Amino acid sequence: MNFSKSFRNTFLVILLSLIVSACATKKTTTKVEGQMQGDVYTGTDTVKYLADGVPDRVFFATNESILTTKSRDTLRKQANWLRENSSINVVVEGHADERGTREYNLALGERRANAAKDYLITYGISADRISVISYGKERPVDSGSNPLSWSKNRRSVTVKAN
Amino acid sequence: MIRIFNLTFLVFLFLITKANSLIEIDITRGNLDPLPIAVSPLFQSDISKKNSINELKLENVGSEISSVVENNLKTSGLFNPLSKEAFLQKPDIAHLKPRFEDWALIKAQALITGKVTIENKKLKVEFRLWDILAGREMMALAFTTVPSNWRRVGHIISDKVYERLTGEKGYFDTRIIYVSEEGPKTARVKKLAIMDQDGFNTKYLTLGNELVLTPRFNPTSQMVTYLSYFKNLPRVYLLDIETGTQEVVGDFPGMTFAPRFSPDGKKIIMSFAKEGNSDIYTMDLENRIVERITNHPSIDTSPSYSPDNRFITFNSDRSGYQQIYVMKSDGSNVKRISFGKGLYGTPVWSPRGDLIAFTKLHKGKFYIGVMRTDGSGERLLTENYYQEAPSWSPNGRVLIFYRETKSNDKGEGFSAKLWSIDLTGYNERQVQTETDASDPSWSSLLSN
Repeated sequence: MNFSKSFRNTFLVILLSLIVSACATKKTTTKVEGQMQGDVYTGTDTVKYLADGVPDRVFFATNESILTTKSRDTLRKQANWLRENSSINVVVEGHADERGTREYNLALGERRANAAKDYLITYGISADRISVISYGKERPVDSGSNPLSWSKNRRSVTVKAN
Repeated sequence: MIRIFNLTFLVFLFLITKANSLIEIDITRGNLDPLPIAVSPLFQSDISKKNSINELKLENVGSEISSVVENNLKTSGLFNPLSKEAFLQKPDIAHLKPRFEDWALIKAQALITGKVTIENKKLKVEFRLWDILAGREMMALAFTTVPSNWRRVGHIISDKVYERLTGEKGYFDTRIIYVSEEGPKTARVKKLAIMDQDGFNTKYLTLGNELVLTPRFNPTSQMVTYLSYFKNLPRVYLLDIETGTQEVVGDFPGMTFAPRFSPDGKKIIMSFAKEGNSDIYTMDLENRIVERITNHPSIDTSPSYSPDNRFITFNSDRSGYQQIYVMKSDGSNVKRISFGKGLYGTPVWSPRGDLIAFTKLHKGKFYIGVMRTDGSGERLLTENYYQEAPSWSPNGRVLIFYRETKSNDKGEGFSAKLWSIDLTGYNERQVQTETDASDPSWSSLLSN
């Protein structure tokens, strides 16, 4: 199931990025000065650090749970840090923006948190050190109603659990 | 905890004059010409007035009840209650025998009269509905209850009048359970709240210590199922409103959410999320048996049963995006029914069985709409910046939902409010709540 799904998702991402790069370059990027790529947040305004150089969060495109190249880079840093600090467990919190129905967003947040968790596992972190929780759209970090605010809220955040 | 539903009404007289009357209301179309109705204040004797002040701290419970009735009829959009200042006949005399010419003169087509007495800690109410054009009584009803129940008396009278004139059950003696919201968007405090359908008698059922979402009534409106983040574990809970006892539903190793009762009240249907995948499950409340209904790598959520328990409509992104599906209640025969442009969510089966209400997102706008259960006949009732989560009135004629406003870059200007709209697409109005509010669920009719 995961194979066909990731295949579909990859296809969608390619399609989406084509659409986005085709029509959104004019609008979005000029407006937010390089803080978004497509509609994924690439800035650092809201980012906190688990340790020096280890960002705590990754960002997602609308309705998506695909990890971008930058997200994978962040999660590899988290995995390294978790390997060095083997006594620390984490909770990965999944979040969605406010532009979706509440119940679907709860599921989407869970899917995003698990995308991050799965990546940490593939980099050698034991599954029992990582729990997940979805907040859906209930805990935004940015309270604005605009594309940049929403991009900051579509995130998964790795938080120390102990 | 809060004893709301154990009120007994003693109906000792019920006469409906079935004689062919001239007035009736067609509620299947948008009503742009509401029926002019005169709601005469219910007459109260001087002795009773003293008791009214002692028992209820109300000068005149009779006119208070008639205000409840007037407000209900007005908000239904089907009636136009006339100004009392124009009434020519005194309440007590009108109740005995109205001078129909006087009421016709002020263009009333129907008249409600009545009488209240408070004696020995009992509230006795009688009322009559008159057809002014035909010059005859259409209905007479009397009942006795405890004085503190006076608002419910007004709601019951409203339901009887609505039913007599439209031919369908009313929805006034009902309650709304919802999520009360306070504080900034980034740290919203949410509590379960319950109120009468007209916004009165608000009670808070949780303290706001943990996040609570999506409360829904069971068919008898005595139980509520909802999502709570108690101890930071998002789980579906069951709450008995009368006793205040609550329990987790099932023993799932992960988040359960989007709960609803089956129409027979025997099961809770909900989503269970595990390893990034949400599927639909049911739990039988009697024998605690859990059944898996869907098994698909997509998100399956927002399930809602058909009123005959035979089908389930739900929300899935198995096509790539959020769409609405219908399946048999054992999970077989899954069919996609939404094919319009945009994303579709929160399907809810109408209590009449013929329609599914939904939320639709298209080009940055949110719509509340309805479609037939095979997906045909899609009709969008209202468009806004953000709105979702419709819930049906028990007679299937009105939808209540919540609407959020856009905030500026600092997060200012945000609000969440309850709104209602008729199935016809007319009569859109805000439902008053003490605080900001979301996730409304409409109870069944409390008295029949």
